This record gives sequence, C-alpha cells and structure tokens, in this order.
Amino acid sequence: MKVSYFPGCTLKTKAKDLDAYARKCAEILGITLEEIENWQCCGGVFTTARDEIATKLSSVRALNDAKEKNQALVSVCSACHNVLKQTNYAMQTDEEFASRANNYMQLDEAYLGETQVLHYLELLRDVVGFDKVAEKVVNPLKGKKIAAYYGCLLLRPNSVMKMDDPENPTIIEDLIRALGAEAVIYPYRNECCGGYVALENPDSAKEKSLKVTNSAKNAEADIILTACPLCKYNLEKNGADIPVVYFTELMAEAFGIKEDCNA
Amino acid sequence: MQRIGVFVCWCGSNIAGTVDVQAVSEALKNEPGVVFSTNYQYMCSQAGQELIINSVKEHNLTGIVVCSCSPRMHEATFRKTAAAAGINPYMVEIANIREQCSWIHKDMEIGTEKAIILGKAAIAKVNLNAPLTPGESPVTKRALVIGGGIAGIQTALDIAEAGFPVDIVETKPTIGGKMAQIDKTFPTLDCAACILTPKMVDVAQNDKIRIFSYSEVEDVKGFVGNFDVKIKKKARYVKEDICTGCGVCTEKCPMKKVPNEFNLGMDNRRAIYIPFAQAVPKVATIDPNACNMLKSGKCGLCAKVCTAGAIDYTQKDEIIEEKYGAIVAATGFNPISMDKFDEYAYNQSKDVITSLEFERLTNAAGPTAGKLLRPSDGKHPHKIVFVQCVGSRCESCAEKGKEYCSKICCMYTAKHAMLTRDKYPDTEVYVFYIDVRTPGKAFDEFYRRAVEEYNVHYIKGMVGKISPEGDKLMVRGSDLLNNKQLTIDADLVVLAAAIEPDKSARPLATMLTASMDTNDFFTEAHPKLRPVESPTAGVFLSGACQGPKDIPETVSQASAAAAKVIGLLAKDKLTGNPCVAQANELMCNGCSSCEKVCPYGAITYVDKEFRMPNRTTAIRRVASVNPAVCQGCGACTVACPSGAMDLNGFLNKQIIAEVDAICK
Repeated sequence: MKVSYFPGCTLKTKAKDLDAYARKCAEILGITLEEIENWQCCGGVFTTARDEIATKLSSVRALNDAKEKNQALVSVCSACHNVLKQTNYAMQTDEEFASRANNYMQLDEAYLGETQVLHYLELLRDVVGFDKVAEKVVNPLKGKKIAAYYGCLLLRPNSVMKMDDPENPTIIEDLIRALGAEAVIYPYRNECCGGYVALENPDSAKEKSLKVTNSAKNAEADIILTACPLCKYNLEKNGADIPVVYFTELMAEAFGIKEDCNA
Repeated sequence: MQRIGVFVCWCGSNIAGTVDVQAVSEALKNEPGVVFSTNYQYMCSQAGQELIINSVKEHNLTGIVVCSCSPRMHEATFRKTAAAAGINPYMVEIANIREQCSWIHKDMEIGTEKAIILGKAAIAKVNLNAPLTPGESPVTKRALVIGGGIAGIQTALDIAEAGFPVDIVETKPTIGGKMAQIDKTFPTLDCAACILTPKMVDVAQNDKIRIFSYSEVEDVKGFVGNFDVKIKKKARYVKEDICTGCGVCTEKCPMKKVPNEFNLGMDNRRAIYIPFAQAVPKVATIDPNACNMLKSGKCGLCAKVCTAGAIDYTQKDEIIEEKYGAIVAATGFNPISMDKFDEYAYNQSKDVITSLEFERLTNAAGPTAGKLLRPSDGKHPHKIVFVQCVGSRCESCAEKGKEYCSKICCMYTAKHAMLTRDKYPDTEVYVFYIDVRTPGKAFDEFYRRAVEEYNVHYIKGMVGKISPEGDKLMVRGSDLLNNKQLTIDADLVVLAAAIEPDKSARPLATMLTASMDTNDFFTEAHPKLRPVESPTAGVFLSGACQGPKDIPETVSQASAAAAKVIGLLAKDKLTGNPCVAQANELMCNGCSSCEKVCPYGAITYVDKEFRMPNRTTAIRRVASVNPAVCQGCGACTVACPSGAMDLNGFLNKQIIAEVDAICK
C-alpha cells in the first residue's frame, strides 16, 4: 500500500532518525511512504487567527498533492500532523478560508479537504492494525517499562484531531504493548513540554519539562517515548535523566532492524 | 351554508392599540357566510361571552370566529361559550390577532390589514367546519410506577393513599434508589435513611402497592387509560415469598470478593446478597455472574444453610402481564463516568473519588462505618479538595461532559465540606467552583455557613490537573479572584460528577412513545404549565428523569405526578380529542407510511373486506387510527402518499381554504 508522506523540516535536520526508522518500519509492514515532491515547512504552528493564510498554504499544497495521487497523507511529527489536520479541517468547514486559499492556489480543481490525514500512529492502529504490528516483532521488548509521552499537540484539539481521548489516551500504550513492553501510565503524559516557550522563557519551559520527566520517573519508567521532536528536545535539554526515544526507534528495535537504519 | 358570527376582541389596548378593531369587524362583515360581525373590549369576560351567546340566538349562528389572542390561551373558553349557546364547540375558530399580529406590529395600518386577512382565513375554515363529537374510552384503575427511588416511592404512596392500586417496578433487588446511599440531606442535615426507610416500609406494608423488585418493563402497548404492560421479573434464585431476610446465606456464601455496587465497589459483597440492612423487600438475591452453583453446579451452600428453604437454583425469568390506566416514569439519574476526565486522575488514584462515593465513606452503614478514611491506605485525610462542575456546564467538551448544570452539586458539596469540618476540625477543606448556585429555601444560608462558620476555602476557578505524587495528590488549579495559579497537595480529592438520566430511560421512552430532549431527560408536556406530564397522554414524569433535581424538588414533583394520576384514575370514562386522524379506507393503499411516522403508535393495519364490482369482494390491508391514542399531530396526513389520511378539524381542504383566503 502506498501513502503520501510529509516528513517536515525537523525530520530532515534534528530528527533524522525519527524519519529513517519510520520509513524502514513502514517497509516491514508493507507500506510505502512516498515523500511528496517539493514540500515546504508546515508553518510550525497552526495559527488560530482566521485571516492568517500565508503559513497554511504549504499545508494546502501538500494536502492537494496527496489528493491528486488519491492517497492518504501521513506525517510523523506531532506539530506537522497538527497543522496538516487543522488546515484540512478548515478547508472542509470554513468556506471563506477555503475560497481564499483556493484563490491563491489556482488549482485546476478546488481543494476542499478531501484528503485523509493520518498520523503514523493512526496508520499503525487503523490501517495496519496493532495485531499485525505485533506479528512483525522479532525482538520483544520484554520487561521494559515505557512511558508514552503524548505532549499537548498530538491529540488536541480533539474535535479536529479525532485521534484518541486527549485526557485518557491509549494509542501509544497499545503500540508499546504490541511491541512486547510494559506501558506505564503517569499523570503528566499529556501535558505540554514547554514547546516554543523555550525560546522566550527557558525557565518556564524547564519547569514544564521537568514535571513530565519526574512524573514518568515516579511511575518507575525506564524510557519516555514520544512522537514529537520538540518534546524530545525540551525534555533532554532540561535535564531528563532517562532516555527520551522516538516511537519509531523503539519499533525498529522490536522489529530487529535498528542497526540497518543506522547504517 | 353556515351562518357565521365574527367577534373581534380589543384585549384592552393589547390588540386595539395597533389594530383598528372597528375596521376589522366592518371588513369581515361581507365575507361569505358571515351574517353578523362586532367588536368588544374583552371578549373573554363574562359580558363578552354573553354577547356571543345572545348573538348566536339572535342571528341563528352556526359558526363562530373570534379574532383575539392565541388559541392556546382561550380556545377552550370560547368552545365552552359555544356549547352554552347550543352549538357544537368545534364550530369555533380563533384568529390570533394578538400574538401573531398586534404584539409584533407597530404600524396600525399594517396591523389592521393583517388582522383582516387572519380573520378571513378563519372564516374560510369555519365555512368547512363540521360538528365533531369526542369519543369515550374506559379507564383501568391501576397505576404503574417505573423506578423505586424516592420519586417512585412518593408517587406510589400518594396514589395508594387515594385508594388506587399501584405497582412499582424497580431494576435493583431493593427499592430506595440513590437516596438510600446518601448519608445526610441538605439543608437540614437530617439523616437520609431516617426519613427514607420508614417510607420504604410504608410501601411494603401498603396493601394497595405491589413491588416488582429486580424487574424490568419489557413492553408497553395501548394508550391512556388502557396500557398493556409486560414486566420481566428476573430470576433472583430465591423464593421471595419464603425468604425471611435472615441473612445467614449472605454470611456463609464462599464467594466473598464480588464488588459491592451499593458501596460503589469500595468493598465486597457475597454472591448471594441483600443490598443493605433496610432493603425492601428484604430478601436475598443471587448474582448469577458470581455464584459457583449457577456457573458450575458446585457449591449449594446457601441452600443448605437456608432454614426456610427459599433457595431455588432453577428459578427462571418470569413475565407478568398487567393492565394499567396510567404510567409514571421515575427512572432517576446516575453520576456520569469519570473515565474521560483523566486530568483529574480518577482512574489513576484510589484517593480521587466521586461525591457519591464520599457519601458512602461518611455513611455509618458504609465501607468504613462512617469514618472518613482514604481508600488507598485507610488513613485520615488532612487536606481535602472538592472539585465542582466535573462534566457539568461543559460547553466546550460536549463529547465527554454535559452542557447543563447538574443543579444539586453546589449544595451537596457545601454539605460535604461542612460536615467534614464539623467532624474533623483538623482537616483543611478547599472547594473549586465556577459559580456557587444555591437558590432554594434556606440553601444560600447553608452555603454561607460552610464559608463563614466552618471556614471552608472556596476558590473561584477550575482545576486543570491532578497528579498523584507519592501519597499526595497534587491539585493544580486557578484562583481567578487572586489571578494566581495554585498547587494544593491534597490527601483526598472529591469530584462532583455531573448527573445524567439512567440508561434505561431511553429504551423506556421508546416503549412509552414519550419524548426526550437531547440529553435523554424526559420532556414535559409544557415546561411551565404541565411540568409533570409527558406529551404522551397517560404518561407522567416524576423526579430526576425529567431533569436534575434535589430531594425536596423530587418529592414535590412526585406528589404532583401522583395528583395527576389520581385525577385520571378517578374518571370512569375518558373523553378524547375529536381532532384525530382518520383514514379514507377507499383511498388507502396499505403502504405503512403513516404507521412509520406516527410518534404515538396510534396507527395499525387491518385486513378489511371491500365490495368490488359485479358482487365480488376483496380483502385489502388498510390503515386504522385508534382515536384514543391519536394526538392529532397531523404527521400522517403529510406522509400519506395517496391523500387518504385526513385530520378531523384540520382537514386538508380546510387548510387549503385558509391559505386561499390569505392569498386572495
């Protein structure tokens, strides 16, 4: 099965391994990630200002690209996914926004949010199935206590993301269990890491990050698992003393292909 | 040809202020069929009604048009006037020139023009009116109350008091409902059990009341005065009439680890159990999901120890069929699930509890014998945080909470906070709130006492996150009045969960063809004037199934519903509404469209023999309307593809005549 793939800037720079593991694991699962051509930065954050349109056009272009290929659009980074899904939702529901965006785009056929946007985790759960993921595990991660860290962007706003319950999610825990490890539930798993506040007010970001790390440690986790490069950056920079790992890396480890990816 | 009289009312200045009533009565004088037209200051007054009666006699009127207020206001009045004047009450039509004309227009010219048009339409209709006679149906003098909480108990007692037999159907093994689980009641702080259990005993001892406990309503057919109901009495594997409630079986049963639902799972019961000491009926019930004997045939201990010989492992569900004249829904409420509110860590920590669980923890008959102890370690909590509006007034999160205010939480939280401070003065108590809503007799005084006398810390703001850390619960919330973020290290957190109608209400409403709102609360026939009646005739509403309510309000409504039931059962015959649907059997093709849209289940199909050409006959399937059930909504007349359905009093040709008169 082929899907369109939007890696995003960070996966080409700081988070190259998130990208590499994602591609390899997809291959194992029989999914081809076709990177869309000439993609541009998603814009970083979805601005809620309704008249702000420039930063959302690159998302519209990517979405339309997937539409033309009749493929779902998959991304891994929490922030890219958030912007893509919210932009797509705006194209579906906000007539004024959609007509303005289409005026800029000058497409042959107007784009009105037809593309299905999937996070890589949703691809695993809803398209592949966690049971199929479990079948591919050659190196079960037995005995590892893993704390899924959702952060704030992955699941919110729930009315648009429609991915999992934002206060009591299970999607990453279900993946962890499929890989043979033990999922640790802790209170701060869906709180913000500090995000871009790290630039403006590093102390505040540090406080937020430490709360997450400590909460996971109190629950006796060995590893924190994330999908978001910014979360990983903030947690590590602010003194996380347990490993913060991308979910794709853990999956590669369980599939026994981690070394191939590094090579 | 009708002889129509037109009576234009001034309604003081309500109508006459924007409508030239003289011009209206003059203009309508020349309409077809009109033989007399006049106007008067207050047509509904005695003098006005006499004017109508005298005019009927003087001009030999056969039809009346009153141009006045909404028919909802005075249609019944003028129908009575017509009857007093000796003409059929259904020969009266009202042209609403107040709500639909004078009140919404400012310009006299426009108002007058419109009033004339509305009058013409009513005249056009009366020209086609035919006298209608309401039918009669008998009344079964027995009531059914569905739900045995305080609402159902009070309704049943009041109906029985008036001398009519009542049956209570309760799904649980005992009546008593939520009130039986509550410790003390606001605002008087009297003990809930002390005021509830005597009523439960009254119910048990009243020979007019039968209790079907551990039972469900399975099917409802029929109509007001004549309901046929099937009640499923679930097998409890104990013969109710023989069991003495001694409780020996519940002590000997080896299955000790069954979560006790009466204590909300905070302790365990046996597989054979009596929910609580004051249960009514006080008989044991075997939980088939937990009993070894029923699951694998191994055990039988309860049968051995039962000296009365009441245990019967072969008991089967039993269906009881009974006729009723009236049905009261009293299905009550439940707190919503806290699963989707994990920001409050309800599923992560045993020390985050709901308010109902708090009631059990402070109840002398509860799992801790009334001592306020933390569920996790049995220690006395020294810092307690109450969070109000958990899932209530939750506009932005409709997928997990409720948009409405649950109404009872402010008061019970004040009660919990006050009682905690009273009994354990060394405990600090915080309450987070959006607003404190305490209207009601002696309610606000009660809340003020919690703040002023008991020093409960009320904090305006909501809690964003609760995280268990060690043996503490870190409660993060905002204090909006001080514009500060707070973190409180609490020992116990109590969530005032929103309340929702019991899950059984929705299927029951379908059976009763009673309407519900989007939140699954039963809808009343009129929110102000008929608050305890369902729009479906013969179905009444009692307690929280109609909307969130505290105990005093529930009991008032329960008695009100009982009064309505008594009023119905006191009649020997019911007079129907003659404005019901009627099928023209010759035009009906038996397609079932009308049956599908009928919200009251009033339409059935019968096979009827029809005369055909050349002395032959044919059997055809045709619609038949039960006039006692039909409410005259007219949905079927619209749905009928062949135009066979018509509504008496609102015939298609009458409606068309009105439209023609308006468009002329």
